[in-house]
Amino acid sequence: MTTLPASVQTYDVIRIRDDFPILKREVHPGIPLVYLDSTATSQKPAAVIEAIDTFYRHTNANIHRGVHTLAEEATAAYESARQRVAEFIGAPSARQVIFTRNATESINLVAFTWARANLKAGDVIVLTEMEHHSNLVPWQILAAERNIRLEFIPVTPAGLLDLAEYLRLLELKPRLVSFTQMSNVLGTINPAKEIIHLAHQAGAITLVDAAQSVPHFPVDVPSLGADFLVFSAHKMCGPTGIGVLYGRKDLLESMPPFLGGGDMIKGVQLRSFRPNEIPYKFEAGTPAVAEAIGFGAAVDYLKSVGMEAIAAHEREIVSYAMERLEEVPEVSIFGGTHHERGGVISFTFAGVHPHDISQILDSVGIAIRAGHHCAMPLHEKFGLPATARASFYLYSTTQEVDKLVEGLYKVKKIFG
Amino acid sequence: MNDLYRELIIDHYKNPQYRGILEPNDISFEDENPLCGDHIRIDLRLDENGKVKEAMFDGHGCAISQASADLLIESIQGKSLDDVKALAKEDVLDLLGIELGPVRLKCALLPLKVLKAGVYGLGQADDDLVE
Repeated sequence: MTTLPASVQTYDVIRIRDDFPILKREVHPGIPLVYLDSTATSQKPAAVIEAIDTFYRHTNANIHRGVHTLAEEATAAYESARQRVAEFIGAPSARQVIFTRNATESINLVAFTWARANLKAGDVIVLTEMEHHSNLVPWQILAAERNIRLEFIPVTPAGLLDLAEYLRLLELKPRLVSFTQMSNVLGTINPAKEIIHLAHQAGAITLVDAAQSVPHFPVDVPSLGADFLVFSAHKMCGPTGIGVLYGRKDLLESMPPFLGGGDMIKGVQLRSFRPNEIPYKFEAGTPAVAEAIGFGAAVDYLKSVGMEAIAAHEREIVSYAMERLEEVPEVSIFGGTHHERGGVISFTFAGVHPHDISQILDSVGIAIRAGHHCAMPLHEKFGLPATARASFYLYSTTQEVDKLVEGLYKVKKIFG
Repeated sequence: MNDLYRELIIDHYKNPQYRGILEPNDISFEDENPLCGDHIRIDLRLDENGKVKEAMFDGHGCAISQASADLLIESIQGKSLDDVKALAKEDVLDLLGIELGPVRLKCALLPLKVLKAGVYGLGQADDDLVE
């Protein structure tokens, strides 16, 4: 038996729940919230809410330009947040961390700048069938404009990527391989390091959609070897409106700017401009200063709990949930049960549409998601118009899983 | 605040000892800081041993950036290029003798950034040079 780190052994979910004010609310009179929708967005600890509040009460000023005290403090706080976020993913330099609006904008940034500067008609981009729309549509737009060929690593019925087919796709000498590290529907954790290594051997640049991985388990960019990696703050205890594009320094430096405006320039004449250095080159206009500061507080918080401990806790919750859901005969879990799975379970309930499941569960305080979870092609492939999805995070408990199962028995009773 | 505009800085700003252009030169580089619109150009002439024989700066901008340039140029006279490459943020702050927040730090470090980009023969100056 392996010994778990001390932080895992002493994981105190009740104490952690205390850090999240929203978890104390009732959804309906006398009915407490059971929040099982963290894959859509996580809840926020008081430390994050207070960091943003304090910024607006004490420090608020625009950054980088002013030389007054507030501007200096705001700039220092914003850049310190960048530094801590960079350390959180092991980025060699904070300058490689570009603040964007979210993971979606980060992917679009790469599609608009790196891809438009480097790809030409006939070039191949490899994606996967389990991508979120954010890692499909930007490439579809580019493909239509540039006559670029999109290929997809298939998903097996067990919910895994077909790596044999991936090897065949690499023979097409793709210029880019862009994939999710963890599926937001299947919970599948993809072998990112192997996928990247193979892509590099074939001469491709890699982009990792880490929106579901960075919040849930330790991700170390240098050991992964990713050329680009994107994620959003709001899925990792941080505020909405801020995300990250991490990039290899030489790539970021050679890429043309994305949005034009203030802060991304070094100098401007009436008919021309000289772009600023990275990361500022890609941060036109006043950025989300308060959100960046909240993001910094979020990574501090996650670090204090420990990413290993969070991952271990989620593994425990998800395996308990898989076990308990199997007790309900009408429930079918989407994707396999045997592989390593993150804290996400998508399922169907025989004879009941996921929207109805979700509505009934809400009546007992349970928040789950129903729909295609921004992954329509994946659902279509398996002939499912929609699924219900329960997802877990550091504050989820086995008692909440029990309530979910009770709720599903209520669904059964109503639909008879 | 009192420290920021101490006499030394005002002196070097108003009466720089090393303002000018060297033409021809062995190394020349220029860059700007979008904050104050600071602009710094640095020219070097080397002796037969590759040491700094003459150095000058030119440009315009805030007192911090211009004084920092003058002090920096003064400090590198006769130095080898390896010595120049080894200069760091702390050396400039020691020369200035003041503490600076992140915004004004960019002003103070622009001359060092320009100098190192020139000495390394880089196409562009970047913040890694002075970190």
